[in-house]
Amino acid sequence: MADEDDRDVTTAVEEPPETRVADMWVAGSEETDWMLHATDEGSQEMEQVESGARLAEQLGTVVGDDYIIEDDSPDDERMIVNMGPQHPSTHGVLRLQVELEGEIIRRTKPVIGYLHTGMEKTGETLTYMQGPTNVTRMDYLAPLHNELVFSMAVERLLGIEIPPRAQAIRVLMTELNRVSSHLVALATNGMDIGAISMMLYGFRERETVLAFFEKVTGLRMNHNYIRPGGVAADLPPGWEDDVEDIIDTLPAKLAEYDDLLKQNPIWLERTRHIGVITAEECLGYGITGPTLRSAGVDWDLRKTQPYSGIEQYEFDVVTGENGDVYDRYLIRVEEIRQSLRIVRQAMERMPLGDWRTEDRKVTPPPRARLDQSMEALIHHFKIFTEGFKVPEGEVYEAVESPRGELGCYIVSDGSAKPWRCHIRAPSFANLQALPIMMADSLVADTVATIASLDPVMGDVDR
Amino acid sequence: MAKSSTPPNLLTTTLGKAVHWAQTRSMFPATFGLACCAIEMMATGTARYDLARFGMEVFRASPRQADLMIVAGRVSQKMAPVLRQVYDQMPEPKWVISMGACASTGGMFNNYALVQGVDQVVPVDIYVPGCPPGPQSLMHGILTLHDKIMSGELAREGVLV
Amino acid sequence: MEWSPSFGQNVAVVPRESLRRFAEGALEAGFEVCVDVTAVDFLRSKPIRFEVVAGLLSHRHNLRLRLRVPVPGDDPEVPSLTPIWPGANFFEREAFDMFGIRFSDHPDLTRILMPDEWIGHPLRKDYQVGEVPVQFKGAPKAV
Repeated sequence: MADEDDRDVTTAVEEPPETRVADMWVAGSEETDWMLHATDEGSQEMEQVESGARLAEQLGTVVGDDYIIEDDSPDDERMIVNMGPQHPSTHGVLRLQVELEGEIIRRTKPVIGYLHTGMEKTGETLTYMQGPTNVTRMDYLAPLHNELVFSMAVERLLGIEIPPRAQAIRVLMTELNRVSSHLVALATNGMDIGAISMMLYGFRERETVLAFFEKVTGLRMNHNYIRPGGVAADLPPGWEDDVEDIIDTLPAKLAEYDDLLKQNPIWLERTRHIGVITAEECLGYGITGPTLRSAGVDWDLRKTQPYSGIEQYEFDVVTGENGDVYDRYLIRVEEIRQSLRIVRQAMERMPLGDWRTEDRKVTPPPRARLDQSMEALIHHFKIFTEGFKVPEGEVYEAVESPRGELGCYIVSDGSAKPWRCHIRAPSFANLQALPIMMADSLVADTVATIASLDPVMGDVDR
Repeated sequence: MAKSSTPPNLLTTTLGKAVHWAQTRSMFPATFGLACCAIEMMATGTARYDLARFGMEVFRASPRQADLMIVAGRVSQKMAPVLRQVYDQMPEPKWVISMGACASTGGMFNNYALVQGVDQVVPVDIYVPGCPPGPQSLMHGILTLHDKIMSGELAREGVLV
Repeated sequence: MEWSPSFGQNVAVVPRESLRRFAEGALEAGFEVCVDVTAVDFLRSKPIRFEVVAGLLSHRHNLRLRLRVPVPGDDPEVPSLTPIWPGANFFEREAFDMFGIRFSDHPDLTRILMPDEWIGHPLRKDYQVGEVPVQFKGAPKAV
């Protein structure tokens, strides 16, 4: 045992993991390496891998050092530990069952469903006008993106065009929402790793953005502002000053975060080469968003499949190289800067005109007209009680939310309520990366990995 | 002093007031943020709407160290037993604030997946309405809880004063 | 196999016997990412009750493709896409949980969103929303 005493446990995990996805793609493969079947124990259990060495150790006949880990030795004792669902660092109600060999994680099994709200079923009982109120509460850190994708899907079914001012307002609001969502991600990322002041800084900056949202939409979160046909109300007078404030003050604060974290040796130790994922694994698992871009894949739906007029604005897509937690941190900070760039352009070029489509069958008339015109009254009544009817068909629309590809699949049967309203949640797919990222890493890195994935459990469980 | 069975006199009422004052001035909330309301709860705890001025910025992760449970968010059928378990682990005296519409009554989601109101699972002292309630609403709820404790309304039999 | 574009989007209706071959062909043709797997319950409005809908995305060609696979209600079984795209794992578990559609060759087909002991598949059209009647003062309850 002498030479094993000298071996540092950290060297066992220093090598970057080889690509495991290629092995899994062959159906019926004979290789029954247990690592490939990270979740095949049954949904709520994880079975202990029993061995004879455990009993011998308990009887005291074998003296083992439990901090010296031998590779691929099936006689080692493994322990299954449960994290969550009530846990300060799991970003909501995520439950993880990890099988530990000492301090090294061998298998992980995410158990979800603790926030399942039946929103897709509720969506079938609400009209298309009420739909955004339901959908907006799924990814509650980026609610405007949920509303945007739902409205885009409905508008494609209806076949209506959105006026340029409404599109510009949508871009402005969603990019500001991306800023506030990434601020929360950075804040919780920092706090989980131990830089507790990041929490205060991130939320302080977020308050300025939320104050703007409250001025425009009436609510700080879950706005129900972007509706099929345009937006709910025009931007209030004086909005340019508020946006200028945000654009002017935020970059200095981002420089503060960089000062605090970017070259900080503790931060680098805790985030470099942690939670690594490769590009092939990302593509195979359907992982999108900053995680995909951190692996080096240059894919951003705002550039490749633009929507809502975003192709008119100049911005860069940020990619990383190593696919680790540090890269995702850098990408998020840089994405805030790029979003501010878009916000500035949207503010300067905001066209005048209608903020919603003129089609009175879809958008309610302005309140002032209700006393004057009988037709306006009837339209208003029909839209708010029955809802407007949408032609039969099915569409899938996708936008780039701060977490990845957020999609909405609507099947319409010609009535005023969707037959099936399904949201493709980015966090739901991204969670499948967790067993891959956490395999063969230390327990203490779990929290950093989860925080860098930035899952929002409302999105995952819907 | 474990049971308040002695008739109230000068000593016990002053002691009672002192104990209530101590209980309210440093309540430790347990982290039970579930959904969107959790973000507003975090915003209440951070710099702008500071909860630290009430002694409450320390959100204890372990329910054994907490005395206030703010149920922030929608409680699904799968989560209800977990909620009850966490509540049971908290030592007396303990209070529950049900934050938001979904925790108070099931909110806009009147369907199979949610418990329609967290008071079906745990006894609730304060309901804070809103979707999500802004930090000011939550603080009003917390301060109302403080007032109720100070007035002795929430004293339970068998618990110290 | 039927090509039925919808609102400018590419949709292919694929019978379930040829789903595996079609999916392998799509992977080779450049659809590296499986974006979404979900299901729709048509109950009585269509002759075949369920439809499993899979969304594919190709980075190389910047194209989306949607597959619709009709699945009969009395024998809800469909080959799983997980051996081809591992990312379909969670999505298929959700479709099983919500609709009761079994995916053969899935590594772990168990409930994912509802508790394990739950009976019934919530998103089927014959499953009630589960509303609790709420008393509103003055207004009659509209069902």
